[in-house]
Amino acid sequence: MARYEIYVTYKQGIFDPPGATAERALVNLGYSGVESVKIGKFIRLEADADLATVAEMCQKLLANPVIEDYRIEIVGEA
Amino acid sequence: MRFGVVIFPGSNCEQDVIRATRFLGFESEYIWHGDTDISGFDAIVLPGGFSYGDYIRTGAVARFSPVMAEVVRFAEAGGPVLGICNGFQILTEAHLLPGAMLRNRGLKFICKSVALRVEDSVCQWLDTAPGSVVRIPINHNEGNFYCDDETLARLDANRQVVLRYVEADGSTAPGGSAPNGALDDIAGVCNERGNVFGLMPHPERVVDPLTGGTDGQPFFTSIVRRLAEVAR
Repeated sequence: MARYEIYVTYKQGIFDPPGATAERALVNLGYSGVESVKIGKFIRLEADADLATVAEMCQKLLANPVIEDYRIEIVGEA
Repeated sequence: MRFGVVIFPGSNCEQDVIRATRFLGFESEYIWHGDTDISGFDAIVLPGGFSYGDYIRTGAVARFSPVMAEVVRFAEAGGPVLGICNGFQILTEAHLLPGAMLRNRGLKFICKSVALRVEDSVCQWLDTAPGSVVRIPINHNEGNFYCDDETLARLDANRQVVLRYVEADGSTAPGGSAPNGALDDIAGVCNERGNVFGLMPHPERVVDPLTGGTDGQPFFTSIVRRLAEVAR
């Protein structure tokens, strides 16, 4: 059983409404150094599956390749 | 003429579609998302709602409902398929339509009547004259249509853009008229063949004059006229 951590984010160049809102809010709070905020999803997956199979899960269901990129990290045994 | 209206867990506009199509004099029946037999239907409608609670992404789980394999087969054989709101989202997730839906630009759920221009398209579901402006309600949180530049060029070249958001007078505001930020003001697209059509607005809500208009009627009557012509 392996433990994976998956990050799903919008592809480069796609407008991220929650990220843009958080960015403006931080600047309004006085954090003038904030240049960019992007908000994505974090998925922790424990499965008896190899990396290729987890990538397939991302392609099929966990991410939408039309708008999203994903990054899979293997974090150990479950 | 028999419409089939698919109910996914979390759909909530199926009754409206059934009522609208019956109001227009057509037969229509529900199809449960777990069914795998959709024979006997001339057209399939995926209604609005929040299938599977919109978890993961809108339409992402519904797309794998048992009935969807049949809907894909039906569509690929040229059968007419209409996706309204969440139905549109499901059709993009199922790759029956191009693009994807992002969260509304202003992060607000938008529920209001909007003006839409009917574009000159290959869509089999709408024979309203191109350039006409219709008023139909929208009711969504993820209607911000997006596709890459290459896809957009292809949609234009193939005349697959069916509806665009416009101002009440039919013009486009500087910076666009889509209330949700949709790319190029796109409110509805069809596939290359024109038999699969998805739109964010809810035409079924403006079929009976009792509920505020009749601009939605052609979205159900056009396909019936077309199928009758094909059968002749």
